[in-house]
Amino acid sequence: MTDAAPQAVKLAKPRSQWADVWVQFKSHKGALVGLFVFLSLALFVSVGPLVWTKDPTFINPDAVTMIKTRNKPPSWEFPLGTDQLGRDMLARMMKGGQTSIAVGLTAMVISITLGTFIGVMAGYFKRLDNVLMRLTDLFLALPLLPLLLVMAMLFRAPLSKAFGPEGGTFLLIVVAIGLTSWMQAARVVRGEVLALKEREFVLAARSIGTPSRRMILRHVLPNVMSPIMVAATLGIANAIITESALSFLGLGFPPDFPTWGRLLFDGAEYIQQYPERVIWPGVAISLTVLSVNYIGDGLRDALDPRIRGR
Amino acid sequence: MLTFTLRRLLFAIPTLLLISLLIFLLVDLAPGSPLSQIPLTVPPDVRMKIMEAMGANEPVFVRYFLWLKQFFVVEPLVLWDHWWGTAYSADMQRIVSWQSRSPVMDTVVQRLPQTMTVIGTSYILGVMIALPIGIYSAYRQYSWFDQIGTFIAMIGFSVPTFFTGLVLILVFAVNLHWFPSIYDTSLRVTDWASFTQQVKQMAMPVMVLALYNAAQISRYMRSSMLENLGQDYVRTARAKGLTERIVVMKHVVRNSMIPVVTVIALGIPSIFGGAIITEQVFRVNGLGALLIGAIQGSDLPTVQTLTFIFAVLIVLFNLIADILYGLLDPRIRYD
Repeated sequence: MTDAAPQAVKLAKPRSQWADVWVQFKSHKGALVGLFVFLSLALFVSVGPLVWTKDPTFINPDAVTMIKTRNKPPSWEFPLGTDQLGRDMLARMMKGGQTSIAVGLTAMVISITLGTFIGVMAGYFKRLDNVLMRLTDLFLALPLLPLLLVMAMLFRAPLSKAFGPEGGTFLLIVVAIGLTSWMQAARVVRGEVLALKEREFVLAARSIGTPSRRMILRHVLPNVMSPIMVAATLGIANAIITESALSFLGLGFPPDFPTWGRLLFDGAEYIQQYPERVIWPGVAISLTVLSVNYIGDGLRDALDPRIRGR
Repeated sequence: MLTFTLRRLLFAIPTLLLISLLIFLLVDLAPGSPLSQIPLTVPPDVRMKIMEAMGANEPVFVRYFLWLKQFFVVEPLVLWDHWWGTAYSADMQRIVSWQSRSPVMDTVVQRLPQTMTVIGTSYILGVMIALPIGIYSAYRQYSWFDQIGTFIAMIGFSVPTFFTGLVLILVFAVNLHWFPSIYDTSLRVTDWASFTQQVKQMAMPVMVLALYNAAQISRYMRSSMLENLGQDYVRTARAKGLTERIVVMKHVVRNSMIPVVTVIALGIPSIFGGAIITEQVFRVNGLGALLIGAIQGSDLPTVQTLTFIFAVLIVLFNLIADILYGLLDPRIRYD
């Protein structure tokens, strides 16, 4: 009896939740293309500099050579040409993309962490709810772009002094964007937590005396992951646009540290003679944001169990 | 409804006070404030005089309350005097810009028309484009029209306005020479020729902002329509034998407009923020350009006042949106 017809009944392989999500995600064409484009852009900026080893900030110290290699059209030596100081545009695009995407990811992590924390606190603890939601309303009523510009103006010099020009600006921009974009996530998470608190499994967990801390980490947080992930993808897009807007207004990164927004700002002055210098960074920003938005769209469908499996 | 409106109005006051305090403290306590940028070669007594002249030697709360008084008492009085020819504000101190040494509000009033013409036109145009697109793509869901509409809307809010602006300049100003790339604010519309010139220079900034607004509003309109098209009352209306035109235009569109109208109201303050960038691209001499100029010149009173005006707009339109929602939808009762 022990080894009689071991493969007689073949059960379908048990599928995990994430496999289901992936299957649904795959059926969204736009999201799949978006994921592909985003990964290729990420590869371009992360692996690219290892292959294309030109220094993006190299200005030829010999003035004559520098002037001769200025504003070159695309060639084998400089595939995207050179800028007004003879720096290689391809290398600058890679370096700029690194900073832009890094800013997007870090700012997103800050804003999502903050938003989730405030949302869970407000939803879980009744005493904190009113205070935290009024705080969220207050932040939603703030004029964000003007405030970001003011923060960039006021804190750039001291932070650059403390952490070096690149590190200081990075810290400033990432923190500023994170502090001004957590409100949507907090609201969504609070709503989900409020609904979760009424469910039976939470009641069961409470009845066996689970302390609040473990209750949040074990039972609440894993169940609010889906809206958080959707908010996170959209947060990346938002952060990248905000960073390039700041750089475009001349209040972002200093010129020696290219970002896509900064390259666009520099290129805008030469738009009549060398339009490609505006096109490349602009297309890169737009493609990144577009692909991230499509990924967010697909994730929203894939993580919604009502749509999944339909 | 009236009690709700009054309650919301009362609640808006502490919100605005808190925001003003926040803005004031942020700008004032920041380490990069221009007071620390007076050169060290300036002797201490002269430095004291400079700070006194700027009113910067008082404690921070004295200055905050002074600024509050100037914003909420003096400036409205000036406006009152201006309208009715009285002289209540004759010897009162107004909020003075550090850059131009003239009252900030005068500059704001000078700059407002430029911003309003560009933003107002683009928002109205954006709404006018968005509504039909949203209605039709919901009515023919998943048709090619809907697919293209979805794609264009996605592009509309993914491509940053400063890039669309530059591309338009490249195409229409540099290559085709149809429109000027720089906005001429001194242009006065007096006859047909100057009117066409005004239309030409407004074309590109309006196009950029209208595309951006239309992208968002058309999405809201579409999803709101889709929600209503599946409702039972639509089936009832069709069963009664009403024509398709009346079912969609009278029954569904009317009900779908309720949330969209509030979204349109809520979007108004944020387009002022978006206009900061567009004004920079097309060199429109409006409020956004004033803010950028003040930030670059470390002109704290102007920055504080302008930022606060933006905050007032946001709070005001949030209030309007809430009230509109209550008025339009009889199912919603706040009391």
